[in-house]
Amino acid sequence: MKKNDKTYCLGIESTADDFGVGISTFNGEILANVSDSYIPEKGGIHPREAARHHAQVANTVLEKALDNSGLKPRNLKIIAFSQGPGLGPSLRTGATVARALASYLNIPLVGINHSIAHIEIGKLKTGTHDPVTLYVSGGNTIVSAYDSGRYRIFGETIDIALGNCLDVFAREAGLKHQKGMPLGAALEELATQGENLVHLPYVVKGMDVSLSGLLTASISMLNKGKCKLEDLCYSLQEYAFSMVAEVTERALAHTEKKEVLLTGGVAANKRLQAMLKVIADEQDAHFNVVPREFATDNGAMIAWTGALAYKHGLSTPIEESNVRLRWRIEKVDVPWVK
Amino acid sequence: MGEVIAQTLFKKGAEASLHVATWNGRKVVLKTRFPKRYRHEKLDKNIRTYRTVHEPQLMNEAKKAGVPTPVIFQVDLRNSRIIMEFIEGKQIKQLLGSLSPNERKEMCTRIGEAIGKLHKHGVIHGDLTTSNMIVNREGRIFLVDFGLGEKSKELEAKGVDLHLMKRALQSTHYQYAEECFEAVTKGYAATVGEDRTKEIAGKIREIERRGRYVEGRKDDEEN
Repeated sequence: MKKNDKTYCLGIESTADDFGVGISTFNGEILANVSDSYIPEKGGIHPREAARHHAQVANTVLEKALDNSGLKPRNLKIIAFSQGPGLGPSLRTGATVARALASYLNIPLVGINHSIAHIEIGKLKTGTHDPVTLYVSGGNTIVSAYDSGRYRIFGETIDIALGNCLDVFAREAGLKHQKGMPLGAALEELATQGENLVHLPYVVKGMDVSLSGLLTASISMLNKGKCKLEDLCYSLQEYAFSMVAEVTERALAHTEKKEVLLTGGVAANKRLQAMLKVIADEQDAHFNVVPREFATDNGAMIAWTGALAYKHGLSTPIEESNVRLRWRIEKVDVPWVK
Repeated sequence: MGEVIAQTLFKKGAEASLHVATWNGRKVVLKTRFPKRYRHEKLDKNIRTYRTVHEPQLMNEAKKAGVPTPVIFQVDLRNSRIIMEFIEGKQIKQLLGSLSPNERKEMCTRIGEAIGKLHKHGVIHGDLTTSNMIVNREGRIFLVDFGLGEKSKELEAKGVDLHLMKRALQSTHYQYAEECFEAVTKGYAATVGEDRTKEIAGKIREIERRGRYVEGRKDDEEN
């Protein structure tokens, strides 16, 4: 294979607990997607510890990604990085690596919105063009769709994110991180053994959801010890997923789009997938879910979105490359869409 | 009780289906909350029953507050169905774009007044969008779709309600969302008073910042 025939983008992802490096051609061929996760000894993500982890593994992950792609650094055309939203210390670590690489190789730097990258990799991998997207992860719960130059937010959480809600409950219930199995997967496993629906709060406000009351009520039921853990995991999922499914259906009916895309870390959940499939069918739309490898935070999505942005004339001068902790997707122009 | 004849589906929403029909010689809307197959059966039944019971109550409260809503003729809990008056008119969603900037502002001010009246009376609409507002032939603004509403006098509930209005303007009428919401706030203040409005505006900012990824928080100063 003649490497010079193609143009390549290397993408760095480091918004939270994953440090990832991916390499994509300008046509969306993913040549590498390597990541290393910070697993806290106890509790949730400690931002400073996560950043320390990222700094430690950065070299190894970079080398492995280049190895897997068969490329040399000099083959790269641009460096993309997730500029936000996310945790400050984690973001800054990735941004520093990206700036160093771009200046050393003397190639352009492209700052990418992490949430938009989740949508773009989903579209690439499922072949969808103009979906209503439900993006659910540890830090985000967003229902969006494209209109006039930007992705517009139709619904979102007004307090905590869906993945966060499930993770915190799982930790309270004593579930442990296992290698290759996120906390959410452990909860999902237990939920499949639940049978009885426990009454919990269901809060939908317009197209927004509120999950903090549901989490508090679930933990309180857990501490009372009157229900089986399996039933609680099952009920928590049923309530939380029904809420996000309801607002997704409303956005679908409102926008009259014909595709649904499920993306982000929680997209791997089979029960959530099943619910959205039913909704899509009922609204005469096609249901699509991002493949598991690209569901959680990954470098490939940053690389691909970087390629899209660069092809449309976007790049980020170093002096404008500060990380943006709370960068909303509706603030970002996406000239590559349509 | 009267028989329903000649049903035609005119809107299949996500939450309910709306049919136009004739009932005792009147033109009516049948709002039916059909079962949702994606939800657990028990949860689904609870949600549909709860909303079918509460929606007419809130519409009635809204009327007492001086905000026009369709007249309720019948509530059928077994089928989660409400029969209500058909309002001849146009959704504000369709209307807003065809108005001149001044007319648009005036319309939004009147929306704000209506929301103010609801809140003053302790009614939270729960889904304030321009699709849920109908202007009839005489130019009166009717509010519909109270299924997600509640009775509350809490600042938090009012703040979320107005926040939803703002968000709906931003997603659907993004070209002039800002001036529209400004006019909504003006009308709201004319009804509930400046002080109260300031308090609620502060609450809206708090709600917006509570969402995890919103700019303008203190910890945003970056390097």
